[in-house]
Amino acid sequence: MPLSAILRVLVNQLIFANLMHRPVRTLLSMLAIGVEVTMILTLVGVSYGTLDASARRARGIGADVFVRPPGSSAISLSSAPLSEKMVPVLAQEPGVALATGTMVQSMGGFETIQGVDFPAIDKMASTWRKPGDPEKEGFKFTEGTAFQEPDDIIVDEYYARQKKLHPGDHIKLINHDWRVSGIFESGKLARILAPIGTLQRLTGNEGKISAVYLKLTNPKQADAFVAALRGKLNPGDPDHGYQVYTVEDFVSQLSVSNVAMLKDFIYVVIGIATIVGFIVVFMAMYTAVLERTREIGILKAVGAGPTYILNILFRETLMLAILGTVVGIVLTYGTQWLIGHAVPASLVQETVYSWWPIAAAIAIVGAMLGTVVPAMRAVRQDATEALSYE
Amino acid sequence: MSNLDVHGSLEPLPTPVTASTIIEVRQLMKTYRVGEIDVHALNGVDLNVRRGEFLAIIGTSGSGKSTLFNILGGLTPPTSGSVAINGRELHTMSDAERNDLRKRTVGFVFQKYNLLPTLTAEQNIQIVRDVAGRPIAFDERFKEVLEMLGISKRMHHKPRALSGGEQQRVAIARAIVNGPAILLADEPTGNLDTKNSDIVLSLLRDLNKRLGQTILMITHNPEAAAYADRTVQMRDGCVV
Ligand SMILES: Nc1ncnc2c1ncn2[C@@H]1O[C@H](COP(=O)(O)OP(=O)(O)O)[C@@H](O)[C@H]1O
Ligand SMILES: [Mg+2]
Repeated sequence: MPLSAILRVLVNQLIFANLMHRPVRTLLSMLAIGVEVTMILTLVGVSYGTLDASARRARGIGADVFVRPPGSSAISLSSAPLSEKMVPVLAQEPGVALATGTMVQSMGGFETIQGVDFPAIDKMASTWRKPGDPEKEGFKFTEGTAFQEPDDIIVDEYYARQKKLHPGDHIKLINHDWRVSGIFESGKLARILAPIGTLQRLTGNEGKISAVYLKLTNPKQADAFVAALRGKLNPGDPDHGYQVYTVEDFVSQLSVSNVAMLKDFIYVVIGIATIVGFIVVFMAMYTAVLERTREIGILKAVGAGPTYILNILFRETLMLAILGTVVGIVLTYGTQWLIGHAVPASLVQETVYSWWPIAAAIAIVGAMLGTVVPAMRAVRQDATEALSYE
Repeated sequence: MSNLDVHGSLEPLPTPVTASTIIEVRQLMKTYRVGEIDVHALNGVDLNVRRGEFLAIIGTSGSGKSTLFNILGGLTPPTSGSVAINGRELHTMSDAERNDLRKRTVGFVFQKYNLLPTLTAEQNIQIVRDVAGRPIAFDERFKEVLEMLGISKRMHHKPRALSGGEQQRVAIARAIVNGPAILLADEPTGNLDTKNSDIVLSLLRDLNKRLGQTILMITHNPEAAAYADRTVQMRDGCVV
């Protein structure tokens, strides 16, 4: 006979009845654990999503190699300390098919505007490596066209949706009035592109660029090309000075574990979430133990030892934590929807399934820790007073 | 679970029948410290109970009757003196052994029925089997006991849907479901009207006569005490 199964049903019945006995407390505990879980999952989802979107956009222009000035970081492409004259020089390098320079101007926060030589960058993006490779296609406009005038900009569909922009609309960015000439399908460079000359002039960076993108005649040689170019640009010390990467290397650096600040931030949020879960469960279980003094006394009077009582309390907590995790996952789809509709250009949130068990484990551990003290109290408290009539 | 449990019978689990004395209490003292004051709840109790005896304990409120029961069941340690149950000294037992004592040897019935409010009558009885690590299904003999207690039709109700008399009968069924050698009933009729009191008291007497159940019953009421074989009186923490 599946004895243990039946016993489990009985104790589950008790746990379920306990949870239903205080529906508001149970719901609030579940909600608090849910918020804990969704804090973690949303932050992780946004981190992964935003970095992945950056990686997609970096790949989307069809370049094989980047050249960037000394001392720049992988994440911020802003500022323009390279000379434009680098572009024709690099274009002459053996193995280079196309070269084009861009400049990136930060608009505060994560928003950037990127200045491009549109015909050159479009050509680079349109040059298919192998037919049908979807990432190697030229710019596509869902509305409008490329730049017609020096003061035109093009924006990607997410930015257009977030700011409700259409071709012909005017928008003020970096103290300049721009006209939107077109909306392009996202996935290439920044979300806002402007003619490089205009951007250089506006920011006092005439003749300066932030990076050079190179397309090679044989992309399989990219690593060798990078090594050779490093040696050439930084004589004597190839690992310092000008930064030369393959796009694939750059993209692989765009992961959460490579962004120390993001990683620390995630740890901090996990810490806060765990403490919140701990406190909520502690209070819920403490009040539960107090108000169940008599029930616990009854169980002791019929011979229940600490194991039996701890088993009930910890299983109740486990149930709360699991239900709370489910609530948290549902809430995370809510935040994803919200971010996708309210700020699709600024943040991208992915569903990171591999973090579901991690978030669940964090919620369960926090809840279990929160149950230790109430459970010790339940085990220690006197049974006889609760059972007497008075 | 252990091999003791497979038969699932109502019989007391094997205990050495060394003597006809099942409870032996010697010079039992219990002092509670309440703030600055010592309350001497028990003041040297001596008591022998024979196996199969139905003993009534009467005494004024505060005379230490409930304290004596709590000590007999191992729920509270005495301050001094000795208690032997089935020939085993309580103070030599570990906590786990005292829990086992309540699982197997001593069953409690209280004045306020003390059923778990969220479980049905049946589950209230089953959970006691579960605590003892025994199968929760009732055997034929126990079903007869439920019949005798007149609650077999009420098994699927929650306590709040039962009358006081029914709740107390469920509590009695719960107390004996593991077949304890000793039943401790602390004012079991204290909350019941005359009719229900009579039912419960007759049942206790039947359990005692038909199943040979040793019963200790605390009561205020001389009529209730009359159901027992013997009555002792407690006053100021002593049996007089
Ligand atoms: N847990 C306790 N703490 C302090 N004093 C107690 C406690 N339990 C009982 N007492 C005291 O011990 C005495 C005996 O109580 P009790 O055994 O309940 O008597 P009875 O059951 O005969 O009414 C009373 O004075 C009571 O106030
Ligand atoms: Mg009493």
